[in-house]
Amino acid sequence: MTIAARGESVKRREDHRLITGTGTYVDDVRLPGVMHVAFVRSPHAHALIRSIDASAAAAAPGVHRIFTGAELQEQLGSLPIGWDLPNQKSPPHPPLAFEKVRYVGDAVAAIVADTPFAAQDALELVKVEYEPLDAVVDGEKATEKGAPQLHDDVPNNISFEWEVHSADQGYDDAAKEADVVIKQRMINQRLIPNAMETRGVVADFNDGTEQITIWTSTQIPHLVRLLFSATTGHPEHKVRVIAPDVGGAFGSKLYLYAEEVTLGMIAKNLKRPVKWIESRQENYIATTHGRDHIADVEICGNRDGTITGFKVHVYANLGAYLSTFAAGIPTILYGLLLSGVYKVPHVSCVVTGVFTNTTPVDAYRGAGRPEATFVIERLVDMFAAEIGRDPVAVRRKNFLPAFKNGRTVATGVTYDSGNYRATLNRALEMFDYPAFRKEQREARRNGRLIGVGFSTYIEISGLAPSAVAASLGAGAGLWESSTVRIHPTGTVTVYTGTASSGQGHETTFAQIASDELGVPYDDIEIVHGDTDKQPFGTGTFGSRSLAVGGQALMMSLAKVKEKAIKIAAHQMNVEPEQVRMRDGTFTVEDIPESQMTFAEVAGEAYSAINLPPDTEPGLEAVSFYDPENFTWPFGCHICVIEVNPDTGESKILRYVAVDDIGEVVNPMIVDGLLHGGIAQGIGQAMQERAVYSDDGQLLSGSMLDYAVPTAEDMPMFETDRTVTPSPVNDLGAKGVGEAGTIAATPAIVNAAVDALKHLGIRHIDMPLQSEKMWRIIRDAREKQRAERSARAKQRATGGNS
Amino acid sequence: MTTQRISVTVNGVEHSVDVEPRLLLVHLLRDVLELTGTHLACDTSSCGACTVFLNGRSLKSCTMFAVQADGGEITTVEGLASDGKYHAIQEGFREKHGLQCGFCTPGMMISAIQLLDRNPDPDEGEIRAAIRGNLCRCTGYHNIVEAIRHAAASGKAAAVSGGQQ
Repeated sequence: MTIAARGESVKRREDHRLITGTGTYVDDVRLPGVMHVAFVRSPHAHALIRSIDASAAAAAPGVHRIFTGAELQEQLGSLPIGWDLPNQKSPPHPPLAFEKVRYVGDAVAAIVADTPFAAQDALELVKVEYEPLDAVVDGEKATEKGAPQLHDDVPNNISFEWEVHSADQGYDDAAKEADVVIKQRMINQRLIPNAMETRGVVADFNDGTEQITIWTSTQIPHLVRLLFSATTGHPEHKVRVIAPDVGGAFGSKLYLYAEEVTLGMIAKNLKRPVKWIESRQENYIATTHGRDHIADVEICGNRDGTITGFKVHVYANLGAYLSTFAAGIPTILYGLLLSGVYKVPHVSCVVTGVFTNTTPVDAYRGAGRPEATFVIERLVDMFAAEIGRDPVAVRRKNFLPAFKNGRTVATGVTYDSGNYRATLNRALEMFDYPAFRKEQREARRNGRLIGVGFSTYIEISGLAPSAVAASLGAGAGLWESSTVRIHPTGTVTVYTGTASSGQGHETTFAQIASDELGVPYDDIEIVHGDTDKQPFGTGTFGSRSLAVGGQALMMSLAKVKEKAIKIAAHQMNVEPEQVRMRDGTFTVEDIPESQMTFAEVAGEAYSAINLPPDTEPGLEAVSFYDPENFTWPFGCHICVIEVNPDTGESKILRYVAVDDIGEVVNPMIVDGLLHGGIAQGIGQAMQERAVYSDDGQLLSGSMLDYAVPTAEDMPMFETDRTVTPSPVNDLGAKGVGEAGTIAATPAIVNAAVDALKHLGIRHIDMPLQSEKMWRIIRDAREKQRAERSARAKQRATGGNS
Repeated sequence: MTTQRISVTVNGVEHSVDVEPRLLLVHLLRDVLELTGTHLACDTSSCGACTVFLNGRSLKSCTMFAVQADGGEITTVEGLASDGKYHAIQEGFREKHGLQCGFCTPGMMISAIQLLDRNPDPDEGEIRAAIRGNLCRCTGYHNIVEAIRHAAASGKAAAVSGGQQ
């Protein structure tokens, strides 16, 4: 292929290996002499460990060694936190529990055996004597007096109380003055991420070099290396972390996990390679969950449609321990978003972060932003219904006007650029709203329930500015890195600190490099996911890879170009200002016979026979980019739903999405990411729900019990874009990885509520399961019947008197 | 542990191996024959990532013991391309961006080929029904449906190696 431009739907180069079965995921890593690890996990949600007798297991065939938490306590340390809010309580988190277990799935011992089957067989031979304690799984109940206490020094199980308010602290006064105040409790249910590839770790130790190598299915290889070293004390320069092909992540592979630490140290202890591949049922209890908010929310405003304030108090369930970024998700990525796309003057948000006897909760696609968007966009609809106005008209009335370079909102953050009317207008070109309302009226007369829902969302993306993030609690810088290495033959290797888990970086980044250097696309290799190859990079999360990593790449490309032009000018005996670099050729203005190819200049850089004065040989650049602001993608999603009044079954009839993610490098990849994001939002809105029993057993503990959407649960998606470039980076990119998930849930629930509005329904919590919807319809109709007969009775009685 | 000798032909190559009777077919393929393109992603036969052809019929290779496949002819993702050319379904997935992380893709493609063997011109509903046993968490299925349509339109998808239909 020749030069690939930005903006072209270049087919993905990742695909060849993935469609021919030649990719390498962690389970495909094969090391000679490898032994296999299985973890003994607690069946209790809350219990003291009285004793562990591993003698029978140790004597089982094929079992090599058993490590208990007590035995490895010193070596493993405590899993670190990556987000620290003011006055946050961060109790110790031993990778292997040794005194107490705090959730079903907490690991207490590791079995090392010759085969995975031998390790599995030995699990039930390990006798752990537990003393069960009362458990609590509900984020609100855990804060109540008398609730079971998980950690010694965390009263009422509260890790933190975090607040953000508009500068004047004026919400309560605004509510007093408002025509209308609407209050609602909203449950944002717990979800299980379900990346198709479970987690897995292979660890090896080289006794000669003392290097520990860890292959792990992760979004953050460098942070895993750093945190592994911090936790275990094994020096960072003697640790290598490799993220091979990663089979989906969605936030669930964004932490240092107990198994990474444990496998690394077992390899070091035994001086042998070891491997652990998570089973799916293990994945359900040992890999982080998402969401789980109990929120009391309010909106206030006037009958003319003006929204004057949002207020939120949320119990954010953190699970049993603080996962790496757990504290940042329900606070920064939630509270700072509560102005939405509206010129609302007053916002008030308090977040209570609570420990419960459940699997730790951390980022899941969208991470805080879907929860915030659900609250805002649902409240706007409730407000519109209350004052009897159209939800689209209310949105229009309250939109921030278009802006190109910075707009500070009530939560105190500054959006980069926005044009909210444009996305709504485009969506309404694709969806004939007046015609739908007409159809809806006719459908109702015929006993059909159809509704439409809007979500005019905004999100925080391009996760970076390190100083800002640090002031908000981040424990690590959130910048990104790149290296561009031009080889003597003129081919190119790009090293990026981001780490793809399906986003197609190898394609997108090669497009950028090809476009900037004029080098054929096929002559550019993109390398990611190996700490021994790239400079330190932060990784892939928060839709940041292009907006932050892409800009880091642009900077290295610019440096390489500048040096190449300097070398070319010297070779051609002209000034650098006279040299033009286009389509991989260096030319000189007015001297058409003077030209050099990119490969010739690269060759000169390395032969170093005739370089300009004070110029080093070689052609390579490294860049670290720390942006000045987050990026703020936005858009308008419209969902049309039909609810069967007899069965309660809901079906999405249309899904229209117009997103503005700034400039786009590869539209095909962007559409794909949007589809997948929307699908995860639909999953939450329609069917997914993690359920715990009161004593802390995960009832939705397998793919048979948890409703991962199938192809039959999804509609075709109608997508389009508007382009409002971000002023934050040279690419004008905002980010797209999570937009669909963030936008979708309120569009769907607003549609369902709209379908049932004439029955007096004003809110429905997710998911919209058939039985729940059937009960809502039945109860609403009974209520209406009772009211009608009461009115009739009253009229009759009135007539008699 | 007792073992049993079995013979299977995988992607046209005959193998004769000793296996434990409890070994699943998926583990035979991945861990004994080192064909790691077939994936394992659940414990409950829910996800379809391990789908392969056995004697021309698609099945989840985690639902069968290796010894049950004795004498069988198996096609995995590694056997789809031939003579250096993609199978039409591979072409469809690449052309229509039917994959992102790629983990479900091998099984998804096998199920799609089985559909097109039986129904060369399926509509959207038939495609969705045919792949409901294969879970994908990345694509929202939109582009998978498009990929299968693309393969169907090329008219070459039904020609599959791997035994009699």
